[in-house]
Amino acid sequence: MRRDEMLNALFPAGWEPAVLEPDYFEGRASVGATTVTVIGTAEHAEVGADLALRMAAAVLDTVRERPGEPILFLVDTKGQRLRRRDELLGLNGYMAHLAKCVEIARGRGHVIVSVVYGEAVSGGYLTTGMMADACYALGDAEIKVMNLPAMARITKIPLERLEALAQHSPVFSPGVANYHRMGHLREVWTDDYPRRLAEALAELAATDAASRRRDRRIEAGAARGGRAMAAVVVERVRSDG
Amino acid sequence: MRRSFFEASARDRLLELVDAGSFRELIPPEARVSSPHLAMLDQPVAFDDGLIAGAATLDGQPVLVAAQEGAFLGGAIGEVHGAKLVGLIERARAERPAAVLILFDSGGVRLHEANAGLIAVSEIIRALLAARAEGLRFIGLIGGSGGCFGGTGLIARCCDALVMSEEGRLAMSGPEVIETVHGVEEFDSRDRALVWRVTGGKHRYLLGEAGALVADDIGAFRAAAIRLLDAPAGLSLDSVEREHALLAERWRRFGSCDDAPEIWRALGVPPGEDVAMMSAEDFVAMAQRCIGRPA
Repeated sequence: MRRDEMLNALFPAGWEPAVLEPDYFEGRASVGATTVTVIGTAEHAEVGADLALRMAAAVLDTVRERPGEPILFLVDTKGQRLRRRDELLGLNGYMAHLAKCVEIARGRGHVIVSVVYGEAVSGGYLTTGMMADACYALGDAEIKVMNLPAMARITKIPLERLEALAQHSPVFSPGVANYHRMGHLREVWTDDYPRRLAEALAELAATDAASRRRDRRIEAGAARGGRAMAAVVVERVRSDG
Repeated sequence: MRRSFFEASARDRLLELVDAGSFRELIPPEARVSSPHLAMLDQPVAFDDGLIAGAATLDGQPVLVAAQEGAFLGGAIGEVHGAKLVGLIERARAERPAAVLILFDSGGVRLHEANAGLIAVSEIIRALLAARAEGLRFIGLIGGSGGCFGGTGLIARCCDALVMSEEGRLAMSGPEVIETVHGVEEFDSRDRALVWRVTGGKHRYLLGEAGALVADDIGAFRAAAIRLLDAPAGLSLDSVEREHALLAERWRRFGSCDDAPEIWRALGVPPGEDVAMMSAEDFVAMAQRCIGRPA
């Protein structure tokens, strides 16, 4: 889904943009009785050092000026910017800084929700949407590291083999359904978006802070049969000997 | 006698980094916990899935420690590898060791299990930052042959401090990926000097991304890690606001720079200094003298 369509669908009563640029936007919106801060990328934005810094500033502004206000990440990114200049300045440091800002907001009581409405690829998604307390995606969105033809080239495993295995295994091929089965997404939304967003925020607001901060994706992945090993390994390393 | 960190295996690095005889491995290779996804693709597996994790002491103080094996699939993070790191961080939150040490040597997410790897990276980042907010200290060490790229580069920059050697490389995208997408004019991945200037330890130290720059010697890494056991650590609104100001200033000053020497000169490195040729000791002394980097 494109940004305008998504914003109309998610906020039928409208929203208040503070920044509205081709590939980036910030503002606030009402969801039921709650006002949320919206931070979003659009048009498959490339996340470079400057964009990571702007999103970090938006999170820190929310923490300073509107303590406790929920933060909603709306995600459409094709990944990190692939330029020498960004690497020269330490792009991974800028992106990690954004993750730290989100963690600080979470620790100070801000509910963090993310919704992938376009595409979400690797580095662009890791330190924004993937840092949320609860991650959602729209049914026609795409989440991936790499498409199968590119993966076949790099791993030297025949594409036909990968395509056949992808019918059963959620572990390597793109798709929001796979990310749900692996435990990362709480839900995939296909209709009635305003109600689903309001319910997601209400559920988190009703959860006590310590419980909300716990990352439950490994348990969810095990329960859904998409990621069986992680839970066993975490438990053994955590408590063996 | 010097012992190369770059050339050693992950297991040898780890064993020589911590106090002799103190390491106790969690889920050792004998337990044969390997990747079911690699097996499904008929790919070779490793009985530790490329990650060694356990408890040890460093200079007599209790630490938890993990080392990635760059020689196994580039040290890439899959489900088991990633879950070991998450488990180690959770263990640290209960045991409260003096530090968690991570010897990074990894290109990022393992493509054979890309979704599991990507989710694992985000789980490691979340667990690590939550642990830092509780006052736990994380020290990353980068000097292996595979460098530290992709999601692993993000995890590294979430640590309190990084120790790098000149041979260590740290970035988000590898030069090959950038060259593939934007061409050899953007980033010539076979120009070793350029790759080193952009991603190497000396540049990261001058920028302030690495807190210590050491020779390619496991003993030097050990000494730096011991010094960092007493350095300031933690994650707070104040600390991220300070980092924000530094990163904003870096972007403002250097956002139009094309290559590292421009940045070094602007930071105060005299044009006559041959950064590439200096030993780690001479380089650090120069950086302290000329640009006021801490020891």
